[in-house]
Amino acid sequence: MSRTDQNNVGIVEPRFFTFAEAPDELTLESGEKLGPLTLAYETYGELNGDKTNAILILQAFSGDAHAAGYHEDDDKPGWWDNMIGPGKAFDTTKYFVICSNVIGGCKGSTGPASINPKTHKPYALDFPIITVSDMVNAQKHLIEHLGIEKLLCVTGGSMGGMQALQWVANFPEMVRCSIPIACTLKHSPQQIAFDEVGRQAVMSDPDWQEGHYYDSGRQPERGLSVARMIGHITYMSDQSMEAKFSRKLKTDNYSFSFKADFEVEGYLRSRGDNFVKRFDANSYLYITKAMDYFDLSEDKLFPKGTTVSTRFLVIAFKSDWLYPSYQSKEIVQQLRMRHVDVTYCEIKSTYGHDAFLLEIDEQTQLIKHFLHATYQQ
Amino acid sequence: MDGVKKIHKIERLDHKIICDLIEPEARVLDLGCGDGDLLYHLAVERKAKVQGIELNEGAIYKCVEKGVSVFHGDIEVGLKGYPDKSFDYVLLNQSMQETKNVEFVIHEALRVGTKIIVGFPNFAYFKARFRIFFRGRVPITRSLPYHWYTTPNLHFLSIKDFQDYAHDKKLKVLKSFYLAHKKEMNFFPNMFALNAIFVLTNPT
Repeated sequence: MSRTDQNNVGIVEPRFFTFAEAPDELTLESGEKLGPLTLAYETYGELNGDKTNAILILQAFSGDAHAAGYHEDDDKPGWWDNMIGPGKAFDTTKYFVICSNVIGGCKGSTGPASINPKTHKPYALDFPIITVSDMVNAQKHLIEHLGIEKLLCVTGGSMGGMQALQWVANFPEMVRCSIPIACTLKHSPQQIAFDEVGRQAVMSDPDWQEGHYYDSGRQPERGLSVARMIGHITYMSDQSMEAKFSRKLKTDNYSFSFKADFEVEGYLRSRGDNFVKRFDANSYLYITKAMDYFDLSEDKLFPKGTTVSTRFLVIAFKSDWLYPSYQSKEIVQQLRMRHVDVTYCEIKSTYGHDAFLLEIDEQTQLIKHFLHATYQQ
Repeated sequence: MDGVKKIHKIERLDHKIICDLIEPEARVLDLGCGDGDLLYHLAVERKAKVQGIELNEGAIYKCVEKGVSVFHGDIEVGLKGYPDKSFDYVLLNQSMQETKNVEFVIHEALRVGTKIIVGFPNFAYFKARFRIFFRGRVPITRSLPYHWYTTPNLHFLSIKDFQDYAHDKKLKVLKSFYLAHKKEMNFFPNMFALNAIFVLTNPT
């Protein structure tokens, strides 16, 4: 796809919104206060006159606000470009699409690498623990700032799906439909376990220095890289790894050493190495912790006695073993109990958890019609 | 439902009969809803609040295209999550005979629905009888169009068999319809009807 392709939103620029200045700091779920806060965000398409066509795209763990189009210096488009653009699932000729970087992140929104106004140094571990609910509460300020009272849709995959659920839990009257993809009502012990291994990899790297590495010239690159390698394994499936790598070697023969003989080893190492260039290690800790605290099971999605008119489209993928489809079915069961209008599809895919970024045709078919029906209502 | 106004025509006789049965704005769950055609008709004609359950992934996309809410899954595992009597009607139209555990499926349908509507092909149709009796072969009829090796049907029953079942299980038959190819057939239906539709409720 070229940068001048008619099917993408073209050149885009990130924008920034700062709020929660003292004394109006954001009160976090932990009770702590945090402010001022900046959110990096991008928008695609035009908001219509009555402001009824706004869609909020929610990023996955290592995503950012750059969901579609190209920045001036980009070789590759935003992370969900094949879903967002003219004629695509999130059709920018019809809808106004917003994507923001979460708080705690390191892509322009306030996070542990940001400057603490009290010390004029990076927050590091003085950054308070945040939750998915805090991320959503911060986004609500942005949506209000954009003059939108009600979103047509909130959606995302993985942690983006968790935010899409949390939006309905926190502000049900602000959401006409929610599309949580490849996610869960609560992190399972297996999901927490993988996150903990990732955090331990970061924290056991001597370069982590209790989180205060920003001015030291050293970063916990080895630890963060190992954490990312583990992550990538959980995003793929046995089948997709077989298809992509099999037992293929990087050279003709075994080296009889601990060099990366197999292509899969080389792939993981390069993914790990690339990740440390673009991601802050402390953000890794904070955001994984936020996911581990995520729990909207039982009555936490909709408090008892509330009525919910939000429609849902829940999507899972057959080979996703990190967020298995039974977790999506649990979301559906919660919705059924409350007589909420829900559609559920388990898309046949071999890509594992990564499928939400790769199974474009199937997701497009579902989302396009579901959004259209909601928009017409 | 989709705001598109087009001239709406129901082709299938069973769909017409079921559509006529259902009160406006009723809550309807269709077990094995296929492409969602019947639910679409119910939503358009009756302003019913419809939900489907369907196993086939391809059919899910067709339901969503029509604006029909659908759950991709197997009705054999039950209807977990739905509170008792969540629906005015639960439909088992041409799907009951394809399930392994018919009794459990009907039990679940009656749990979540006030009434159930069951539609099935009549195995005692006269042409089926002829084919067995004179030709010594498994019936292939308009309502049982499959070869023995391609049929999705796991259970074969006649109208009388189903009446016996309802009687034995103490289910109350509220209405019944017997269908020939294009019209209803009330003349010796167990002999001359291709399909039957029963409306049942559990009086206990």
